[in-house]
Amino acid sequence: MNIATLFLAPLSLGVISAVLGALISITDRIVNNYGDVVIDINSGKKDLNVKGGSPLLLSLAEQDIFVPSACGGRGSCGACKVKVLSDVGPHLPTETPYLTKEEQAENIRLSCQVKVKQSLEIEIPEELFNIQKLTTKVKKITDVTHDIKEVLLELPEGTDLQYQPGQYGQFEVPPYNKIKERTQRAYSFSSNPNDKNHLEFLIRLVPGGIVTTYVHEHLQEGQSINVVAPVGDFKVQKTDAQMICVAGGSGMAPFKSIFSHMVDTGEIENREVWYFFGARTTKDLFYLEWLADLEKKYKNFHFIPALSEPEENADWKGETGLITEVLKSYLETKIDTEKTKEGYLCGSPGMLDACMIVMRQFGMDENKIYFDKFA
Amino acid sequence: MSPVISPFSLFFASILTSNILLANFLGMCSFISISKDMKSSNGLGMAVTVVLVITGMANWAVLHFILIPLGLEYLRYIVFIVVIAAVVQILEMVIDRVSPALYMSLGIFLPLITVNCAILGVALFIEIRNYSFIQSVIYSLGSGLGWWLAIMALSAIRKKVDKAPVPAGLQGPGITMITIGFMAMAFIGFSGMLQVQ
Repeated sequence: MNIATLFLAPLSLGVISAVLGALISITDRIVNNYGDVVIDINSGKKDLNVKGGSPLLLSLAEQDIFVPSACGGRGSCGACKVKVLSDVGPHLPTETPYLTKEEQAENIRLSCQVKVKQSLEIEIPEELFNIQKLTTKVKKITDVTHDIKEVLLELPEGTDLQYQPGQYGQFEVPPYNKIKERTQRAYSFSSNPNDKNHLEFLIRLVPGGIVTTYVHEHLQEGQSINVVAPVGDFKVQKTDAQMICVAGGSGMAPFKSIFSHMVDTGEIENREVWYFFGARTTKDLFYLEWLADLEKKYKNFHFIPALSEPEENADWKGETGLITEVLKSYLETKIDTEKTKEGYLCGSPGMLDACMIVMRQFGMDENKIYFDKFA
Repeated sequence: MSPVISPFSLFFASILTSNILLANFLGMCSFISISKDMKSSNGLGMAVTVVLVITGMANWAVLHFILIPLGLEYLRYIVFIVVIAAVVQILEMVIDRVSPALYMSLGIFLPLITVNCAILGVALFIEIRNYSFIQSVIYSLGSGLGWWLAIMALSAIRKKVDKAPVPAGLQGPGITMITIGFMAMAFIGFSGMLQVQ
């Protein structure tokens, strides 16, 4: 092989690759250019001018309409449903597992999977117009257990954020380490809605979790963080039924918000509340004093913490066993069977499903069991 | 010099007697995995045909206008693969634009065409057999249609076999391989009619 060939081979290969690369980018520019399009929301209530080519969820978010999405638009939570009135083609295989036949017939789509390629007409619940993206400041981070942090955020001045206890916000963390894009995850508010200046969350470290790792290992007091809020429909019903509440781990968050709000409104004096909190060992327990105080102060409030694997040397006098077993035994022996009951559950899908089975066994109406499942 | 063979013979031979799948056994992985569903088989068959024709032409042009004049034929494997990869990428974008449903139903298999040996096989057959440009187009198109025909036929047979009382140990891949063997034998029956060299 002579010297000329030695240079010619990589040069030719380079030129061929460069030409092909240019062809790919030109095609990308032409094929993926959908021009300016209009998204008509709720029959002309709002018209958004957006650039075509992005998923509907992102196009709406760019115009400050935030459709809830616990997974941040990866098509794995099924939360970002919207009704699309225009023809955008058949449901994709990535959408169908999250939509019932009725929803598909009504043209409900997952907004993260629908690409905006032409002007669209869509319908969304009016309350989504109230969802805001807030740039908050981290005021305080407190370790409440070995793996749960209480994160207190300060809202920007003049913010009018109205939410119901039980609703949630979506943390948006910036790219860090090997994570190359902004990521959103949903966490319930643990704050009292009457505190107009702050938002509080309880965030448990999920091994390998993008947002929880960021919160636990990178987020510092004084830093800014974006939160999209308020979202969700988990809230206390305006009835006088007994509340049978069950939580595990950071599932404490919505109940902290609910109970502190009930104290403020005086509802806690009139309504019977049974709050079951499941943990593995004593090191997973928190807010015990506050809850014990509530129990002491309000005769209708009952707090039942339970440990499934108490340490042998722990001085634990409370209930032991799985929270479902404890719930079952209380429903059998202590809770008034005659009174109407409502179920409120927050925690892992497994715990929730198991609690629902128990609640149904005791004749609780399925439609009166409200839950916030960690997706 | 290009071999003397009529375009008609080349076209039908590449579809039937020298079927790239059933005579050369190239492109078997996606053939077996996608043929469970007729709609996806149809989409993939179409995609393979389009990719084959485009890459057949592109690789012929690169070979004859760049590699042979520069005496760099030994680079053909890497160049052919780069061309195939680029064509598949462009095709992916176009399918996503034109038919998102087809794009989603093809899923991972569309990018996998890049490493489909049938595509590289056809480009290399074109080079080894020294086809002219027109012959390359006809051969690529015929091979693509042959691949498409074979996957549609297998998909239709599998649909029937799914309802047949197949012994437990042979269900799934086992009976599929046996079916492919029978199909290959049936296609060999055409070999006396036409041959491509």
